[in-house]
Amino acid sequence: MDKRLNTTVGSLKLKNPLLTASGTFGFGTEYEDFIDLNSLGGFIVKGTTGEKREGNPYPRLAETPSGMINAVGLQNKGVEYFCNNIYPQIKDKNPNIIVNVSGSSIEEYCKVASLINDLPSIPAIELNISCPNVKKGGMGFGVNKDMAKEVITEVRKVYKKHLIVKLTPNVTNIIEIAQAAELAGADSLSLINTILAMAVDAEKQKPLISTITGGLSGPAIKPIALRCVWQVSHNVNIPVIGIGGIMNARDVVEFMLVGASAVEIGTANFINPSVCTQIIKDLSDYCDRHKLNSITELIGKI
Amino acid sequence: MKYQKELVVFKKEKLNPACFLLELKSEEPLCEILPGQFVNILVKGVAERLLRRPISIHDVDYKTNIISLVVQKAGLATEKLSLINEGDKLDVVFPLGNSFPTEENHPLLIGGGVGTAPLYYLAKTYYNKGIKPTVLIGARTEDQLFLIDKYKTVADVYFSTEDGSIGEKGLVTTNSIMNGSFSAILTCGPTPMMKSVADVAAKKQIPCFVSLENRMACGIGACLCCVTDTKSEGNVCVCTNGAVFDSKELCNM
Repeated sequence: MDKRLNTTVGSLKLKNPLLTASGTFGFGTEYEDFIDLNSLGGFIVKGTTGEKREGNPYPRLAETPSGMINAVGLQNKGVEYFCNNIYPQIKDKNPNIIVNVSGSSIEEYCKVASLINDLPSIPAIELNISCPNVKKGGMGFGVNKDMAKEVITEVRKVYKKHLIVKLTPNVTNIIEIAQAAELAGADSLSLINTILAMAVDAEKQKPLISTITGGLSGPAIKPIALRCVWQVSHNVNIPVIGIGGIMNARDVVEFMLVGASAVEIGTANFINPSVCTQIIKDLSDYCDRHKLNSITELIGKI
Repeated sequence: MKYQKELVVFKKEKLNPACFLLELKSEEPLCEILPGQFVNILVKGVAERLLRRPISIHDVDYKTNIISLVVQKAGLATEKLSLINEGDKLDVVFPLGNSFPTEENHPLLIGGGVGTAPLYYLAKTYYNKGIKPTVLIGARTEDQLFLIDKYKTVADVYFSTEDGSIGEKGLVTTNSIMNGSFSAILTCGPTPMMKSVADVAAKKQIPCFVSLENRMACGIGACLCCVTDTKSEGNVCVCTNGAVFDSKELCNM
């Protein structure tokens, strides 16, 4: 292990800045044939809701220039299933297993958060107030600062460990939402979730995904994500986790330079299931080349 | 166990205007690969197609450690893949998905178009167990067929073509071989074809197993993009719960 890659996100101690983004990494075990889960800074499991959800109808995916649009719609088996069936299998795989918490109502967010609070090997949750693919709730909470504040305040009452709030870029002023989240008790912020987008089949003259609109991810959104992380990190006093089209170590460095203390790898996992192993190695090489004693020296230089 | 490996393009051969054969050689011994499984290939250099391409396995040779694929040029990435040279390396994740049933005593295998590709390895598996399967191949015209002589070495092969250029004229479902007695139908091809085949199987009261090719992002059950709706479990991943399903389990089959 290269100690120069250690970083922190508030109370979370990460052996390197790499987390994997919710929805792109299953429950971690799907990737065990390709990478050592314990080599990651941490991993964030699939969005979990109060009850089982079937998600959206197929097709849920469209490929677009330098990216992809998805509309999975939070398909999951519910928080109780996670606690009883998934958690026991994964709890010792990494010290920083984080659960992405989603819902349609404040009550649902609180139910999930309080049940996850009781799991000793889960040091943090990522509150997803930014999913663009559900009809009720989801992004609805993340585009309005008063609603964001309300849901975070209520979750804060029942969740005692590290609370990450995941922000959507689909807003007029992301700084305003970020500051509201900080004020309401978020310990850190992760951004950006996917960008609301659509893709059309010109031959069939139809949308390419069943819900018509979905969330755009991949390298196409990286410049927007960098802008958002830069804006937010300079206007809040809590750590920021950068997400958006990170494909390699150079991208990680860019996000840290604009203020991210750690990052999440998402779409890249689909393209290369061992991409994180490569990025960790390349970050060490970057430290060599730039004579860094700690990768944290990069944070917020821009 | 799944693997991500660099495989060498041992041979590339044009089979017809739309399809080409790719033989991919592993330097190490191959793991066990089941008929109906697929590989997920990274095709670099197409900005509009970042994701891997899932392609069914046409044949496996454990002596030479070669996996064969029949690839149809169906879009930007497969067009690009068709330009690869022998000796080049490809980043391949394999083997993915479940398997066709291999314990039937009298199976009928039905392939449509490029969907015929995985049926060779399936037929060979049966043949090596001492069961010579029946293979029915459907195509628009004779020149869309590929590697027919190879199929004939391991199966009794019949054809249906829309123009009657080879075999019986018409769709696979009207081929007279369908009147025979079989223990199950195992099929891969266009969805409308597999639907009609499943209907025939239901009338004959025999099981029908279909291989789906839903759009995938990861191929390993993580992204939940490639789902199909099932009667007992709701939405399940085609990449891990399939790609082969009992047609009776599928809501839209």
